[in-house]
Amino acid sequence: MSREVGGTRWNAVLVNGALLVIAIISLAPLAWMVSVSFMPAGEASRFPPPMLPSSSTLENYHALFERTGMARNFVNSLLVSVAITLGSLLFNTMAGYAFAKLRFAGRERIFQVLMAALVIPAQVAMLPLFLLMKQLHLVNSFGGVIVPALATVFGIFLVRQYARSIPDELLEAARIDGAGEMRIFFQIVLPMLKPVLVTLSIFTFMAAWNDFMWPLIVLTDQDHYTLPVALASLSREHIMDVEMMMAGAVVTVVPVLALFLLLQRYYIQGLLLGSVKG
Amino acid sequence: MKRNSLAGWVFAGPSLIVLGVFFGLPVLSALALSVTDFDLYSLADLRNLRFIALGNYIDLLRTPMFWKSLWNTTYFVLLGVPMSIAASLGAALLLNAPAARFKALFRTALFAPVVTTLVAVAVIWRYLFHTRYGLVNYALEHVGLSPIDWLGDPRWAMPTIMLFAVWKNFGYNMVIFLAGLQAIPQDLYEAARIDGANRWKQFLHITLPMLGPVLLVVGVITISGYFQLFAEPYVMTRGDPLQSTVSVLYFMFEEGFKWWNLGRASAVAFLLFLIILAVTTVMLRFGRKKDLV
Repeated sequence: MSREVGGTRWNAVLVNGALLVIAIISLAPLAWMVSVSFMPAGEASRFPPPMLPSSSTLENYHALFERTGMARNFVNSLLVSVAITLGSLLFNTMAGYAFAKLRFAGRERIFQVLMAALVIPAQVAMLPLFLLMKQLHLVNSFGGVIVPALATVFGIFLVRQYARSIPDELLEAARIDGAGEMRIFFQIVLPMLKPVLVTLSIFTFMAAWNDFMWPLIVLTDQDHYTLPVALASLSREHIMDVEMMMAGAVVTVVPVLALFLLLQRYYIQGLLLGSVKG
Repeated sequence: MKRNSLAGWVFAGPSLIVLGVFFGLPVLSALALSVTDFDLYSLADLRNLRFIALGNYIDLLRTPMFWKSLWNTTYFVLLGVPMSIAASLGAALLLNAPAARFKALFRTALFAPVVTTLVAVAVIWRYLFHTRYGLVNYALEHVGLSPIDWLGDPRWAMPTIMLFAVWKNFGYNMVIFLAGLQAIPQDLYEAARIDGANRWKQFLHITLPMLGPVLLVVGVITISGYFQLFAEPYVMTRGDPLQSTVSVLYFMFEEGFKWWNLGRASAVAFLLFLIILAVTTVMLRFGRKKDLV
């Protein structure tokens, strides 16, 4: 009996010790980023590499916003991500609801096509999409980033899964009472979809905020860059300014990280719902 | 019923238009583009465009750089995917262990890299793995190992990117595995323990088979994701050293948006799509045979 207890105690130490090590590995690069962003210029390139700033300074953030125009890029990212989130929330919710609850010709067939399209990598579309954007004069404009992101198969799927649980009787009753489809959608359906709307919003916002390849292609000048594109281009010019680059990384990462910490329950739910379909 | 049908189209319409115009149409155009010699001259004047059938594809198969990028990507997938999945499964098993404390806290910490901005954390890693000033080499030196030129040595650059990808992504699959593990009935383990099976045997004969369908889904998602390697080499190495980190999409990006060979680049994109489709189809077939799906 006492051996058994000793064994489980060892086991507990091993399991929690291993978890602690993995947690440190996961968080250390982020902690280092924050620490270096407060170091005086040049300190991070000393040897041995310091872990904490000798004296904290906000100088790097000043330099970042004044010399590189990152403030502008921050606003761009915010603008683009919020527009995509709001727009796609409306479009995907309407479509998801339609695929779940409204009968229309070809509904099942279209839905199958959408699901099949999931296997096509987004990059296949990017070259012709660029030419299309050129025709529409949307190259190097926020519209070029926002418009193609206004609907996603994933979003439609997510809403559809959730909306199927809305009882048909409820909708029928509202129709008999003479409510129009729009009114039913906004006054009955939307409130019931609240949890999935939260999930979809954070998913969309984070994906838009972190997106790199398409903004890199369609945005061609610094004033229009979103944060990831600006940071990538900055890291090519200012690679020696470790401290300033880390301030840039903090500004880029912290908003999404904070959002995740606040709403992680919804985020994880969406992740699980989305992965079930494969 | 009639009203319902009209409403359905009105509600689904906006999304379908966006997806059709900005995804469906471009995908079909990519196929068309890939059989033309669309380049800088056609970009200026469409009359310079010629139909060349499979010319781009045949040409690509004769281009050493394409093969190199394909090999680099395959190397990344072959090693990176098993490493990723093993890390995710290991972390999920630890989190699911009855002895684990502070589960919610640990789960959040382990998941954090997933939600970070790839470009930003790639920049961090570039400094951490710096040959002279990087903390990683500093740590290596402390334990008596000689420093490694992580991102400057052609033999190490891709493995370093793999390590980065594992660090960045393992939390995602971990959460999926965790849900899968929690769905396994506890009495299965109970029965195995009564039969005297040790932990390893329980893992091999209960956990793994029960996780089979989840493993397949995770495998398919991860493989198709890893084939689309792009931002990591773009930020960390720009395809160097000695083009050892040029991935297929990096090659496509350069062909398309640096040299404006949009026809050729479309052919690259389509070949990558076909490869991903073939690999994942084989996996799903295999899974179906084993009754996983």
